[in-house]
Amino acid sequence: MSQVRKLETTLDELKTLFSDKAQTGETMVLNLGPQHPSTHGVLRLILELDGEEVVRCVPDVGFLHTGIEKNMEAKTYLKALVMTDRMDYLNNLGNNLTYCLAIEKLCNIEVPKRAQVIRVICAELQRIASHLVWLGTSAMDLNASSVLIYCFRDRENLLDIFEMIGGQRMMTSYIRPGGVWRDVPDEFVPAVNRFLDYLPEKLADYERMLTRNPLFMRRTIDIGIIDPSDALERGMTGSSLRGSGINYDVRRAMPYSGYDEYDFDVPLEDGCDVYARYRVRMREFHESMRIIKQALDKLEPGPVITDDRKYSPPPRSELGNSMEAVIHHFKYWTEGFSAPKGEVYVATESPRGELGCCLVGDGSPKPGRVHFRTPSFHNLQSLSFMSEGYLVADLVAMIGSIDIVLGDVDR
Amino acid sequence: MTRYVRKVSLTGHNILNNHIETTIDQVRASHPEAIESVVHFREEPTLIVAATYLLDVCNLLRFDSSLDYSLLVDIAAVDHYPNEPRFSLSYILHALEKNARIRLQVKLPGKSPEVSSVTECWKSAEWPEREAFDMMGINFVGHPDLRRILMPADWDGHPLRKDYPLGYEEVQFSFNWEEIDSKKDYAKE
Repeated sequence: MSQVRKLETTLDELKTLFSDKAQTGETMVLNLGPQHPSTHGVLRLILELDGEEVVRCVPDVGFLHTGIEKNMEAKTYLKALVMTDRMDYLNNLGNNLTYCLAIEKLCNIEVPKRAQVIRVICAELQRIASHLVWLGTSAMDLNASSVLIYCFRDRENLLDIFEMIGGQRMMTSYIRPGGVWRDVPDEFVPAVNRFLDYLPEKLADYERMLTRNPLFMRRTIDIGIIDPSDALERGMTGSSLRGSGINYDVRRAMPYSGYDEYDFDVPLEDGCDVYARYRVRMREFHESMRIIKQALDKLEPGPVITDDRKYSPPPRSELGNSMEAVIHHFKYWTEGFSAPKGEVYVATESPRGELGCCLVGDGSPKPGRVHFRTPSFHNLQSLSFMSEGYLVADLVAMIGSIDIVLGDVDR
Repeated sequence: MTRYVRKVSLTGHNILNNHIETTIDQVRASHPEAIESVVHFREEPTLIVAATYLLDVCNLLRFDSSLDYSLLVDIAAVDHYPNEPRFSLSYILHALEKNARIRLQVKLPGKSPEVSSVTECWKSAEWPEREAFDMMGINFVGHPDLRRILMPADWDGHPLRKDYPLGYEEVQFSFNWEEIDSKKDYAKE
């Protein structure tokens, strides 16, 4: 790898991506990003413009590629868990959950009821936190910068809750194979309740700022239209797909962690535009709060991690008086556990769409292959189709509306 | 200790859903040689399809109105090195109306792995196929724009292959400077 890289080589290849007009200079090829605040990270877009109008938009990703899938193959199942936090850095607990569900499916681990309920609460709190960041950043892209500050203030409450349960604000690795790391502290339920009382009022404020704001509506209605069939054809999932009126939510279609026991609606809009995606996510805040309220009622005392000592560490109290516990403890933290041979695919509904984990076990304590189907990667594909014929300023609104996280795209 | 028994298994809809059986029957009827085997692992049905028939089967699953697998969820490439066939590609397909999910799998040899692109069935296959090409070096015939996607355009090798090293640069000290220097790329030039 010691050769000096020839950066110009890419330009020749890119010539094939644009129309002939770009060669003659009738249209302009413009680079947007990767260091640009409205690209929500390190997304580079190469635009072919006819005046202000986007003729073609070619996303260039990979600037945040950190080889997480490769790294996970070199660690045991348990140690690879910490890598998943760093993928989609706004959905840390959701990534943990997906990976743990895949391990549990591969190894046939049963998860105690209380752990499942805690997982649901965490996943939904994380969804709210992620949607708050989306709301703030996408509103700021349309010049409503005060919303950003308000949303980050509200998100701070959630980060405090995550710190309370996991010891870290973001990279908690709280959800573990077989359950969760440890039981939630006593202050957890009151803190969540306080947040649930606090948020609706604030959300109403944001809705007053944006939903009927004529400027916001002019910037979002009929912008970035994508038909339901096109959205499916291009692999969109999640809120972006539901903004095009397709009722597909993994929590409904393939319930996991007991989501089938909760009563919630899947918000749908038929506008197919940026505004519709905004409306869907605003309603999802309320659905998430509904789920959390029900989950808090279901929170009954009990174990929070499986009692199968092959897959969970023995409690501290056993280590003093049980030889088996010491052996299990040692084996668990050094060698880890072996998973059977086979390939499983597990999907969860992340705030951005379907987050899938394809896990291949090869009989050893390390995963043979971990592949993540990340929603941002697939949703971003639709951007070039969606943006054709719109203005550059609208492109920024569209990037905000599909809610991509570049850590999730590049992994 | 009371153990929680899952009321609905993770993919419970697949066993109850007879759409999977319909699908398998339809594929068998129209392309008898295409299916090499059907595997059920952890309640997930997998159709192992001969690589030459992949596009035909995908066309059937996508465009037959009674099957209607309209969403290509994912393409996962796996390296089984040193076993042969070395690579496997899993296409996860979802039928929205029927709420059924099926996995198509093709096995590819280690030497010049090649399979036809399914971008004509699902446009969303474009990026996942580029990713598989980038990471595993699988060639997708008929892909409109097969370039690297995550790695730099002039990168050597395919990082997710099992024989590709994870990293690690040997550190040179004064006592082993020559020894490590002779292993560097520039020493061979």
